[in-house]
Amino acid sequence: MFETALTDLWYGFGVALEPHNVMWCFIGVFAGNMVGVLPGMGALATISILLPLTFGIKPVGAILMLAGVFYGSQYGGAICSILLNLPCHPPHAVTCLDGFPLTKKGRGGAALGITVISSFVGASWGITEMIFLAPILVEVALKFGPAEICSLMLLGLLAGSTLARGSPLKGVAMTLCGLLIGIVGSDIETGTPRFTFGIPNLFDGVEIVALALGLFGIAEFMKSVNQLSEVDTKYTNIKFKDLRPTRDEFRRAVPAMFRGTIIGSLCALIPGTGPTIASFISYAAEKKFSKTPELFGTGMIEGVACPEASTHSSVQGDFIPTMSLGIPGDAVMALILGALMIQGIVPGPQLISEHPDIFWGLIASFWIGNIILVVLNVPMIGLWVKLLTIPYKFLYPSALFFVAIGVYSTNNDMFQVGETVLIGIIGYLLLLLDFHPAPVLLGFVLGPRFEENFRRAMLISRGDIWVFVKHPISAVFIGLCVLLIVMQIYVRLRAPKALPMDMPLGTDAKIPEAAE
Amino acid sequence: MFGQLVKKRDFYAGSVMTLFGLAVALDSMTYTLGTLTHMGPGMFPLMLGITLTFVGMLITGTALFTPLSNNENILPRQKEWRGWFCILAGPILFIVLGEFFGLVPATFACVFVPALGDRTATLKGSAILAAGVTFFGVLLFVYVLKIPFPMFRLGS
Repeated sequence: MFETALTDLWYGFGVALEPHNVMWCFIGVFAGNMVGVLPGMGALATISILLPLTFGIKPVGAILMLAGVFYGSQYGGAICSILLNLPCHPPHAVTCLDGFPLTKKGRGGAALGITVISSFVGASWGITEMIFLAPILVEVALKFGPAEICSLMLLGLLAGSTLARGSPLKGVAMTLCGLLIGIVGSDIETGTPRFTFGIPNLFDGVEIVALALGLFGIAEFMKSVNQLSEVDTKYTNIKFKDLRPTRDEFRRAVPAMFRGTIIGSLCALIPGTGPTIASFISYAAEKKFSKTPELFGTGMIEGVACPEASTHSSVQGDFIPTMSLGIPGDAVMALILGALMIQGIVPGPQLISEHPDIFWGLIASFWIGNIILVVLNVPMIGLWVKLLTIPYKFLYPSALFFVAIGVYSTNNDMFQVGETVLIGIIGYLLLLLDFHPAPVLLGFVLGPRFEENFRRAMLISRGDIWVFVKHPISAVFIGLCVLLIVMQIYVRLRAPKALPMDMPLGTDAKIPEAAE
Repeated sequence: MFGQLVKKRDFYAGSVMTLFGLAVALDSMTYTLGTLTHMGPGMFPLMLGITLTFVGMLITGTALFTPLSNNENILPRQKEWRGWFCILAGPILFIVLGEFFGLVPATFACVFVPALGDRTATLKGSAILAAGVTFFGVLLFVYVLKIPFPMFRLGS
């Protein structure tokens, strides 16, 4: 197994090192990093906006670029949170706690330097995990019948909607809405148009680009307009030589980094617990480990190293279920999977054997991309820091143009631009009602396959709904679903105020919430 | 109790979901339902609609039992009518102008009008921004990505 993994990896590097693939990876990382640094642009908004640009590229290049955009924007977001105290991506809310005090002490550069190293360590571990775990998962998953796939999807959907932030009930409601939006269009088996209101443009269903840009573009702009005050740039004068941590800082950061990496990779294994939860748990754990927990929040380098390492290790880990089972853990993964589907690639356990170039190329490109990130960020930090001063009032109009033309260029259809505006308005109303729209995307991407497998399972079992409990593997997944629900109810009833998940919400108060 | 209830955000959140679920469930009855073995196009949406109605009622239910917090304004404290209007006007102008006059005017309007939504925006500043985005946008989308969209045209 070890040997085949290495041969496959070797092959992957061959794919990823083809000049045009390196170029797409570089463009993705660069664009992601650039947009991610901009205050007020989260990772989801960044990927949604750049998604239409990838449609003209071959599948391998497109996926390498999108993945690059994702971790590039993650990294860019870290710069923004450490230097400006503006976490545009939820996992960074924790990085702010100690990152910004460090900046105030004049050690912001060192915090950034440690972030670069931690991200790289965390990501490398996550990638290694992916190399060895994904093929095993695939081997198991290939034996799954429709009933098993169905229950597994149910588990994924439930975990993705209840473990995200906000009320779990509302998360479930959003997932259901996403599943329903996924139904719009012609029925796969009979061809009956469903919920199309007689509009022919809707027969092919709602476009994922329109949905993502409406929810994470237009709705977010409506929420943030005139809300982001002028950023305070007095600490942002960071140069290359400032990045070097002192020997003492380095000595304290290294063990924290490794602890964060382990916690992050464990979190990635539990479906639904993405980077946000990983970063919060690791910060709490680091505080426990520390001999001076009372100093956390005043600028401890461990408080930056640990969550950053765990975020990146869990981000890479999140790719495991996405690529090997076709079940995304959060909205970002749903978008990447959606992009694959637009390219005509069917996600699921057969992906690795049918498109080894995509899978192994992606893994190899993670390393290449992370090295590009280090190369881009260390010497050019001054440039990125300059981007922080671009005010939001110039950003969102430009972004709106990218939204409009991006949606248009997907199918050369103006109708979809209108669709995006409408989804944007609905998305904003949902935000006002305290719904977080990220699970919508999860439901939307999984919806059609969920229905298909559900129908097939029913057909095979001749309408016996208990088939999901009768098959042992499926029963385990259903059991986990029930456990998840019971756990949520128990936690809510026991301590409605002191939820660990509410900690991020507390810190969110001063944050202009960009998309999750 | 009811007087308090109508002030709560979750009351509306739950009601919206309940109504939406009901509407979906009722509408999916108009499609063929089929049997569990051979499910028609209406069966799956019906199931989702019923579940959503149920979840919506649960959300309303939790609103009943949580005390009223003082942060229950549904609309934000500052109503950004100008901002909201300008942001929505941007893509709509993009559709109209793009359909009849081409990419360049559409792009300009799509950046210029939303830019005015910011309270500190000036006509001159917005125009400069719009011109800049138009220039680079056209360069990127027409010359690099080559999307089939004429830069100028008259009539659709």
